[in-house]
Amino acid sequence: MTNRTIKIDSLARVEGEGALKLVIRNGTVASAELNIFEPPRFFEALLRGRAYTEAPDITARICGICPVAYQMSAVHAMENALGASVTGPLRDLRRLLYCGEWIESHALHITMLHAPDFLGYESAIEMARDHGDAVRRGLALKKAGNEIMAALAGREIHPINVRVGGFYRAPRQHEIAALAERLKWAREAALETVRWTAGFDFPDRERDYTFVALKHPDEYPFNEGRIVSSRGLDITAAEYETHFEETHVERSTALHSRLRDGGAYLTGPLARYSLNFERLSPLAREAARAAGLGPTCTNPYRSIVVRAVEVLYACDEALGIIERYEEPDTAAVSLEPRAATGFAATEAPRGLLYHRYRLDADGSIAEARIVPPTSQNQATIEEDLRSFVGGFLHLPQSTLRNRCEQTVRNYDPCISCSTHFLQLQMVQA
Amino acid sequence: MSVTRQLVIGVGNLERGDDAAGRIALERLRGRVAADVELIEASGEVTALLAAIQGATAAYLIDACTSGAAPGTVYRLDAATSPWPRALRSYSTHGLGVAEALELARALGTLPGHCIVYAIEGASFELGAPLSDPVRAQIDALVTRLAAEIAP
Repeated sequence: MTNRTIKIDSLARVEGEGALKLVIRNGTVASAELNIFEPPRFFEALLRGRAYTEAPDITARICGICPVAYQMSAVHAMENALGASVTGPLRDLRRLLYCGEWIESHALHITMLHAPDFLGYESAIEMARDHGDAVRRGLALKKAGNEIMAALAGREIHPINVRVGGFYRAPRQHEIAALAERLKWAREAALETVRWTAGFDFPDRERDYTFVALKHPDEYPFNEGRIVSSRGLDITAAEYETHFEETHVERSTALHSRLRDGGAYLTGPLARYSLNFERLSPLAREAARAAGLGPTCTNPYRSIVVRAVEVLYACDEALGIIERYEEPDTAAVSLEPRAATGFAATEAPRGLLYHRYRLDADGSIAEARIVPPTSQNQATIEEDLRSFVGGFLHLPQSTLRNRCEQTVRNYDPCISCSTHFLQLQMVQA
Repeated sequence: MSVTRQLVIGVGNLERGDDAAGRIALERLRGRVAADVELIEASGEVTALLAAIQGATAAYLIDACTSGAAPGTVYRLDAATSPWPRALRSYSTHGLGVAEALELARALGTLPGHCIVYAIEGASFELGAPLSDPVRAQIDALVTRLAAEIAP
């Protein structure tokens, strides 16, 4: 009997330190435990007693990569509580802001974090020496996303212009129009990225996932829609906690989300794409088909291609919004505080981000609940590892280790951004 | 005469204990360097760092790190002349941080000709925590040293 422990660049102190433990018994994966996410309990506590107007700014600080998602779920939940709805140009601006975040978050993950797994490099740094053009293209794409965020939100990280009801200041027509030129370049670069990733070598692995995503009658989802699943679920955000639960996992600080009657599920690009293919722009659909994707995708390794398709869609959608933008009469709709509970789910780059707030009569937050996409995907990532890694055990140790990381990175989990975070322990018993 | 562009980047997160050190040091540097030296706040996110240093003739970065040394220990690294030591990772909440940004810039040929990193060893990176005493005690010395280095 041999017990071996392999550690990958373990870091002493990192947020939600990535750790993966696989137990392999008689040539099969007996268990896979992943501990990658520190749920935002700190922020839920921090929000209690604060004014409802502060939630977008406070929750934006949860994640430096997807602050817009946190802001959007917060403002929609507050508006749901206070009976307001944001329409017209202000609604469009929110979608545009989300386009910016998807572009920058996906471009970072595709190029800097996931592509090295497919091309056989330790990191983007080594990859940049041989694939400088691809890295430069990815960085420039990300910058195009940043520019949208800077134009609308004032700052690229921790945007400050978003408020419940709309914006503190609506951008001027010329500020929005100025984004178009770079985005036209970005759309071409995104198309190139779809082609580039489509040429990678994908492990031939598929699973019959339960996909969960927002669905909207007219749009590929960002901010609004019903929560649907590939197994017939169709609910409002207010019903989320009736159908989903978070449970503590033994030997781990992580929380796993599950469907109360159906176990693990998958949220994020693969689910969005498979449940909303017909809502993509014609250009994005065509690029997806040319890349070899069908109207659904159940091979998680191809999520890198799906992300590239979503970047293309976000560029396309952003350009449409920019073209029709007219300055709104007011930067925000007015709201009256009242005792109420509000719910919202929006589509963060990594998947469904659920917020619930209970407000007191003066508008102060009595209770906050936040369920991020990474904790929703955690159980499914473990199931992927259990089902796939057994077929990779013949690979040399370093290749196997890399394949495990690649399998985790299919989900772009919030914290295990890179090998530097993932502490992998393999026990062969 | 060639155009020079000097900048100082304070890296970190104000919400996470000693990770705030770079950002606080940057604030204290204000008024102590020439007006044309750009002072930039950064979260440590790799592409923002790459964009910030691009085209600079001289870049100075201040960041917190975890090397195992005594908290408050200050390192001065010349990134332009030598690769980042593996043992001295900067602290970052998203994996790719200062070290990766500089190595990536080196690989892409965009690393400034003069690039100095001041890294201060942190003790605690807990959410909501203040600076630890050992880091607090060393920040002003770091700022004075850096201001003297930047002054012509």
